[in-house]
Amino acid sequence: MTILVIAEHDNQQLNVATLNSVCAAEELKQAGAGDLHVLIAGSDCAAVSAQAATVAGVDKVLVMDSPALAQQLAENLAPAVVALIKGAGYSHIVAASTTSAKNVLPRIAALLDVAQVSDIIEVCSADTFVRPVYAGNALAKVQSSDAVKVVSVRTTAFEAVAAEGNQAEVETLEQAADQGVSRFISEEKSHSERPELASARVIISGGRGMQSGDNFPLLEKVADKIGAAVGASRAAVDAGFVSNDYQVGQTGKIVAPELYIAVGISGAIQHLAGMKDSKVIVAINKDDEAPIFNVADYGLVADLFEALPELEQQV
Amino acid sequence: MNNFILLEFLSPQSENSLDEVVMKILVAIKRVVDANVKVRVKPDNSAVDLSNVKMAVNPFCEIAIEEAVRLKEKGIASEVVVVSAGTKDCQEQLRTGLALGADRALQIETDAEVEPLAIAKLLAALVEKEQPGIVMMGKQSIDGENNQTGQMLAALTNMTQGTFASEVEVSGEELLVTREVDGGLQKIALNLPAVVTTDLRLNEPRYASLPNIMKAKRKPLETITPEDLGVDVAPRLKTLEVTMPEERQAGIRVANVSELVEKLTAEAGVL
Ligand SMILES: Cc1cc2nc3c(=O)[nH]c(=O)nc-3n(C[C@H](O)[C@H](O)[C@H](O)COP(=O)(O)OP(=O)(O)OC[C@H]3O[C@@H](n4cnc5c(N)ncnc54)[C@H](O)[C@@H]3O)c2cc1C
Ligand SMILES: Nc1ncnc2c1ncn2[C@@H]1O[C@H](COP(=O)(O)O)[C@@H](O)[C@H]1O
Repeated sequence: MTILVIAEHDNQQLNVATLNSVCAAEELKQAGAGDLHVLIAGSDCAAVSAQAATVAGVDKVLVMDSPALAQQLAENLAPAVVALIKGAGYSHIVAASTTSAKNVLPRIAALLDVAQVSDIIEVCSADTFVRPVYAGNALAKVQSSDAVKVVSVRTTAFEAVAAEGNQAEVETLEQAADQGVSRFISEEKSHSERPELASARVIISGGRGMQSGDNFPLLEKVADKIGAAVGASRAAVDAGFVSNDYQVGQTGKIVAPELYIAVGISGAIQHLAGMKDSKVIVAINKDDEAPIFNVADYGLVADLFEALPELEQQV
Repeated sequence: MNNFILLEFLSPQSENSLDEVVMKILVAIKRVVDANVKVRVKPDNSAVDLSNVKMAVNPFCEIAIEEAVRLKEKGIASEVVVVSAGTKDCQEQLRTGLALGADRALQIETDAEVEPLAIAKLLAALVEKEQPGIVMMGKQSIDGENNQTGQMLAALTNMTQGTFASEVEVSGEELLVTREVDGGLQKIALNLPAVVTTDLRLNEPRYASLPNIMKAKRKPLETITPEDLGVDVAPRLKTLEVTMPEERQAGIRVANVSELVEKLTAEAGVL
């Protein structure tokens, strides 16, 4: 019984989400599964494997370094990981619920002919997990009867383990083949000096009430003063105020910062699903009846165009 | 002017360059609870209570239908087939698909709860029969929230996959897909046949018009069983219990920004 954690990274930096999935893997280890291996699949990713080797609880780092894996195309990555799993006999495959893992993990599970348990928030035992369904309005406890358990981990539900202090063995695996059926063309990454949504301590999000992308600087100025990340509702993304990677919610990013400030957001269930586990929630909305106030610790009924500049002044 | 008239006369297919493929598109749709419904858990904690709640086509599947129909309107697809696995009730959603522009429908008759792996196997058997160029699916069902079925189908059929698509374009023998990823957007090229799973920004689905709803009643809808397709749909997961999460309590109202800042600093200690 060995656990394989598939790491999230960009070939240079280990993503903190990996520290959350290692935490879930540690719980599996305590529940009876054996060693904990971390797979770094990428291209020119030696720096990442060195970082993974220092992560607490990791017994071994496996490196699959190959040009075919540079962008982790599912068609190339899945068969390589499946060959590794079949060869080494893993009992659990674990990854954080990032878009890259969501893309490849089910492909791996299907090739293994096993089910996947998505987005777990609790490890009950080596084969039983809790996961939210119906936009977080219900929690299902499910037990897997498959020989290999494939699970993705909701990062907000598991603490990040220590990134330093360990010295795990690093093993280099065979190169993965390019299947020649898919090809990376380009990417448009949002560049920001602000913290990432997924790991920010404070988030301030804007909704349709912002009226236009031109008004987002009102939020950004507050964000910069308090070191916050900026998020958005689906309506704000659909309207083109900000790009897709800002979307918080059931089908966007799931966040749970210490402080979440929702500005001009009504509080639809799909938005709540992505932020209701935040420690403190603030709502600024001009509609006294907006459902967001039902989950807010502090509600301010106000026009955001007046409230935001004041907030910027006072923090 | 002459050119313009000529174009009008040509069938939509011939507007494409010769190397562009004309293909069949299979669209997999799921019947789910309407997105506006806040569900409750049954008192015995066995499942979510779905009696008397409004049901609909999974919103991501609606986007998948729309994209397939648009590809047909552009002459890139020759036929759009909608398929759903479920009880007889899902015929209602298949009719919606037909009203939105699909040509025919297939219902795979099974119990309501079939896991993504089994759905993918059923769809894989259909792919074998129908030989579509593209399978369009939702990225996620809003009830089970698995985000698995499309990727699993791609694995089982050895097709390429363009998940979380916000733009799809057939270019020669390839499918260009723009994907919504955590860091922004990614563009990839896929060999056909391919599985595409839709994200919210791919398109804005149309509404079915009354004449099209009437027409849909006469379009073909065939029912088959997992046995016909030779697929074992036995579950791998057992749901032990379904519970309600702890409800968050509403807090207080603050009168103004100063009070808010004061509370966040002194009371909550988060600023
Ligand atoms: C399949 C599916 C998936 C979805 N996924 C997501 C998701 O992941 N994330 C998400 O957020 N949504 C998601 N949604 C959409 C969700 O249902 C809502 O439509 C959306 O969250 C609404 O965004 P909003 O609150 O910004 O807009 P609205 O509901 O229009 O609310 C705007 C708010 O701004 C307030 N306002 C307006 N002007 C001002 C002002 N000057 N000052 C102060 N307040 C003002 C209004 O009072 C109102 O409450 C999804 C929907 C579906 C069907
Ligand atoms: N019962 C079903 N019948 C047809 N398609 C389905 C069914 N269940 C899931 N799908 C497809 O798979 C997508 C993703 O669902 P899921 O993996 O459950 O999140 C859905 O949007 C549908 O396109």
